[in-house]
Amino acid sequence: MGISELNITKIHEGLNKKDFSALELNKSYLKNIKEKDKEIFAFLTITEDLAIRQAQKVDELIHQGKKISELSGVPLAVKDNILIEGVRCTAGSKILENYTAPYDATVIEKLKAKGAIILGKTNLDEFAMGSSTENSAFQITRNPSDLSRVPGGSSGGSAAAVAAKECCYALGSDTGGSIRQPASFCGVVGLKPTYGAVSRYGLIAFASSLDQVGPITKTVEDCEIVFNAIKGKDEKDSTSVKLPESRNGKSQMKNLKIGVPKEYFGKGIESDVESVIRNTLKKIQNEGAKIEEISLPYTKYALATYYIIAPSEASANLARYDGIKYGYSNQEDKDLLDTYLNSRGEGFGDEVKRRIILGTYSLCAGYYDAYYLKAQKVRNLIIKDFEKAFEKVDLIFTPVSPVVAFKRGERIKDPLSMYLADINTISINLAGLPALSLPCGEAENLPVGIQIIGKYFEEDKIFQTGKLIEEIIK
Amino acid sequence: MISKKEVEHIAKLARLRLTETEVTKMQKEISEILDYFNLLKEVDVKNLKNEGFPQIENAFRDDIKRPGGRETVNKLLEEMPEREKDYLKVKNVFKR
Repeated sequence: MGISELNITKIHEGLNKKDFSALELNKSYLKNIKEKDKEIFAFLTITEDLAIRQAQKVDELIHQGKKISELSGVPLAVKDNILIEGVRCTAGSKILENYTAPYDATVIEKLKAKGAIILGKTNLDEFAMGSSTENSAFQITRNPSDLSRVPGGSSGGSAAAVAAKECCYALGSDTGGSIRQPASFCGVVGLKPTYGAVSRYGLIAFASSLDQVGPITKTVEDCEIVFNAIKGKDEKDSTSVKLPESRNGKSQMKNLKIGVPKEYFGKGIESDVESVIRNTLKKIQNEGAKIEEISLPYTKYALATYYIIAPSEASANLARYDGIKYGYSNQEDKDLLDTYLNSRGEGFGDEVKRRIILGTYSLCAGYYDAYYLKAQKVRNLIIKDFEKAFEKVDLIFTPVSPVVAFKRGERIKDPLSMYLADINTISINLAGLPALSLPCGEAENLPVGIQIIGKYFEEDKIFQTGKLIEEIIK
Repeated sequence: MISKKEVEHIAKLARLRLTETEVTKMQKEISEILDYFNLLKEVDVKNLKNEGFPQIENAFRDDIKRPGGRETVNKLLEEMPEREKDYLKVKNVFKR
C-alpha cells in the first residue's frame, strides 16, 4: 500500500513505528498535489512552508520519544473559508482575493495543537454558495472519478483533494449539504455535525443559523477522530455547546431501528442511485436492523424554505464586505455610496449577487411576512417532522443526492436546477441535525453516498453504525 | 414577475451596482425563484408562532483587553484599502 493510501490511524501507526517520518509523508503528499492538481484544481493555496515547519516539529517530538496525538503529522487540506493565521483566505471570491487571515479559526487552533499538518486551502463555490464548485472566482474543480464532471459543492475542493489523495483528510463547511453532497459525488466520507457541536469562530459566515464546520475523510473511523478533535464549546462562538463525552461502545445492527422516508425516493431520483441505496438497505436489514418506511411530510417545502432563509441571512452577513475595512475596494468615484456600490458590484460574482438580492427582497418591509416569517414557521414544521420520526426510529437513512455527479456546465446556467442538487441535504441543516455521507456503491461507475441522519448530538451512533456498514459493503 | 425597477431598488438597498445586462438577467432569474417560493402558499401557518431557534442563550464576556496587542492591530491595519497612519480613510459622507 502506498503512503498516500493510508488513513489517519495507519499513518499514526507508521509514524510511531518509524516506518516513515512526518516530513517524508508530507513531502510525498505535496508532490502528489503538484502532480495531480494540474488536472483536479482542488487547491487555491499551497502552504508548503507551513507544512514542512509543522512536520519537522512532529518529527522532533517523535525523535525525543514523546507521545504524539493521533492527528500529529497527518496532512490535511482546509476549505478556503476557514481562517488560518497568516495565510490568504479568499472564500472563492474576488472580494477577498488578497485577504490574509489575521487569526486562526478555533478548529484550526485545535488541530494545530494536535500537531496536524496543513497542506493548503481548497477551492469552493464563492462564499460556499453553490453545489458544484463552478462558482469559484478562481478555478473550476474537477471530480477525480471523472474529470468531465463536477465534484459537487460547495466543499468540492476539499472532497476532491481527499478523493485524489492530495491530502489524508480535509475540513469543509456545510450550510445546505456542502460537505455531504461533494463527499457523495467524490466517493469519500463527510460529516455535517449537529448545529452547535463545532465552533464556527473563524469560519467565514454564510447563513449563521445553518453553517457548520465538519470533516471529509477516507473512512468513518477517521471522521470520528477529526470530529472529536474539533468539537466542543468555544466561548468565541455563542452557538457552540458543550457535548457529552463520546461513548465508544460498540453498536450492533441487531435491533437498530432505521427509518427510510418515502419522500426521498420520489420523482427526480435516478433509478441506478435508488437501486444502490435499496441494495445497501437490504444488506443492513440482513444484519438484523429493522428498516421501516416513514414519512416526513414537510420535505417538499424544505428547498423553498431554505432558499428564503439562507439568502436572507447571507444578505446580512455579507454586508460587511463594503470596500472599506478590508478586501477589494474601488474608491474611484466621488462619494462613500459609490465606494460601496462599486466595490460590491465588482467584487461579488453572479450567484452571490443573486442571493444577496433574493435575501434583501425576502427581508424587505412588505415582503417580510410573506417570505422570511413564513419560511421560519415552515422551518419549525420541518423540525417537528424529524422530532416525530425520531420518537420511533434511531437513525434515518436517505440517498445523499438523487443523482450522481453531473457534468460540468450542465446546471450552472439555470440557478433553480442547481438549487435542486441540494434537495436531500438541506432539511437536515434547517433542523440542525447531524448527518453523515457514506460511500455505498457506484452507479454508472460514479460514487453514490448514503446519508445517515441521527438525533441531536448523537454523532456517536452515526459513527458506530457507519463503521458497521463499511464492513458489510466492503 | 418583478419589475426592473424593483430589481434596481433592491440592488441599491443591498449596495450592489448592477449593469443593465445584470438587471435584465436578475429580473428573469429572481422571478423564476420567487415563483418557486409560491409552493409555500400551500402551507397553513396561520396559527403558528415563529418559535425561533432552540437552545439560544445570551453569552457575555468580560470587558477586558484581548491578547494580541499591537501585532493584531497591525494585521488589521494592513488589510485596510485606504488609511493614514492608524486611521481608516473613507470618502465624504456629507456633501461639501
